[in-house]
Amino acid sequence: MGNFMKIMNEGEIERILRSLCQRILRKKENLDNLVIVGIQRRGAILARRISGLIEDLKGQKIPVGSLDINLYRDDLSRISYQPVIRDTDIPFPVDDKYILLVDDVLYTGRTVRAALDALLDLGRPRKIELLVLVDRNCRELPIQADYVGKKIVVSPEKLVEVRLRELDKKEEVVIFQREKDEI
Amino acid sequence: MRFERKDLLDLRTISSEEIELILDTATSFREVLERPIKKVPTLRGKTIANLFFEPSTRTRLSFELSAKRLNADVINFSSSTSSVLKGESLLDTAKNIIAMKVDALVIRHSSPGVAHFLAKKLPVSIINAGDGAHEHPTQGLLDLYTIREKRGRIKGLNVTIVGDIAHSRVARSDIWGLVKMGANVKVCGPPTLIPKDVDKMGVKLTYFIEDALSGCDVVIMLRIQKERQKEAFLPSLQEYREFFSLSEEKLKLAKPDVLIMHPGPVNRGMELPAEVADSTRSVILDQVTNGLAVRMAVLYLLLTR
Repeated sequence: MGNFMKIMNEGEIERILRSLCQRILRKKENLDNLVIVGIQRRGAILARRISGLIEDLKGQKIPVGSLDINLYRDDLSRISYQPVIRDTDIPFPVDDKYILLVDDVLYTGRTVRAALDALLDLGRPRKIELLVLVDRNCRELPIQADYVGKKIVVSPEKLVEVRLRELDKKEEVVIFQREKDEI
Repeated sequence: MRFERKDLLDLRTISSEEIELILDTATSFREVLERPIKKVPTLRGKTIANLFFEPSTRTRLSFELSAKRLNADVINFSSSTSSVLKGESLLDTAKNIIAMKVDALVIRHSSPGVAHFLAKKLPVSIINAGDGAHEHPTQGLLDLYTIREKRGRIKGLNVTIVGDIAHSRVARSDIWGLVKMGANVKVCGPPTLIPKDVDKMGVKLTYFIEDALSGCDVVIMLRIQKERQKEAFLPSLQEYREFFSLSEEKLKLAKPDVLIMHPGPVNRGMELPAEVADSTRSVILDQVTNGLAVRMAVLYLLLTR
């Protein structure tokens, strides 16, 4: 593919996640109320890694859950494929918790909107903050992240994809040209 | 995999891959039922009509609640309070309901094939909630789901179905589904209540409950339909109970962790003694809960195609 560009490799993803964790720890003195929830599927993987990194740094286990947002999508009757419903597994009450919501790419903001609705159906958290590995332009809703790994600006027809070894057998972030029929 | 069907009419013509997809999807909905807010906005704006031409509590309530849990609107229709009494035909009734911009019809009717007939004639999704003695696909699916949930698999399990096989739509859907998913199925009942060509469905047949129970992992007891007594299929209900009820004594022949299932309503003291129906091996109420998750999955898959 001619229109293919790698913007992050394995080492950079690792380094960025570490620096995000340090930023979280600088802001939070007390981790007792912190829980991490990742959006299926790559956000859930990143959430587990972040929890592991914080444990390495602080020696404290942070509970991790995963959230499937497909039941909360606003485009179910418009998209041409049927999303596979994956597990939502949040093995702790979210009431009064500080939730760090994690996703791989922040794009239109619609996934995060769905995730917020899903989380609020599970209880009443004290606070929700958003962490993304990549923040790209083209937002369709007024949603912004609190922790951003890397901010990029690309033309609207480009796609940004995070690939993680657990799912994709490689570890990279790439930008490529969207196929015409995918729009 | 994508669910391509417009309708869910039977388990005879559905593939094992489609069954897997429904069961996997139901697992996600099962989790929703454990939440404090047991509702997701997935089918917001869709409308589902329940058309019940036969008495039903469990199935109708289950479909209604499943639709509501998905945020769909539900309208209920029962033949006893409708214009059917004024002579309106089934197809006209259905067409009038669809003219109110309904997206799916759930239909229960005493005549086999009614759901198939409507599915051919109408553009909306049709879900068969029981057609005569033909099929009851969502009951079959919830039985498969319950077995898979409790045992982790269906393939290779010995499953016995006991009772009035001939008049049971549940038995027919269970058999098609279980055989497709690789279970070893045995059916058992008095000869008058076993359909002639049942072995062609890929099951073994026995008239003796002791044979049917020995080494079995799952036993599905069917309700003995007392109204059949008038048609002289049984010499007497007492005799049926003597030979075919699931007593503690007979249960000893099955595996120690055998699952006891029943589609309901149970005739206590008839096909199931009360102490067996209420024992820890009985998963009858789990079947009811799982029925919600399975019906949510079916509605989701049909209405978001």
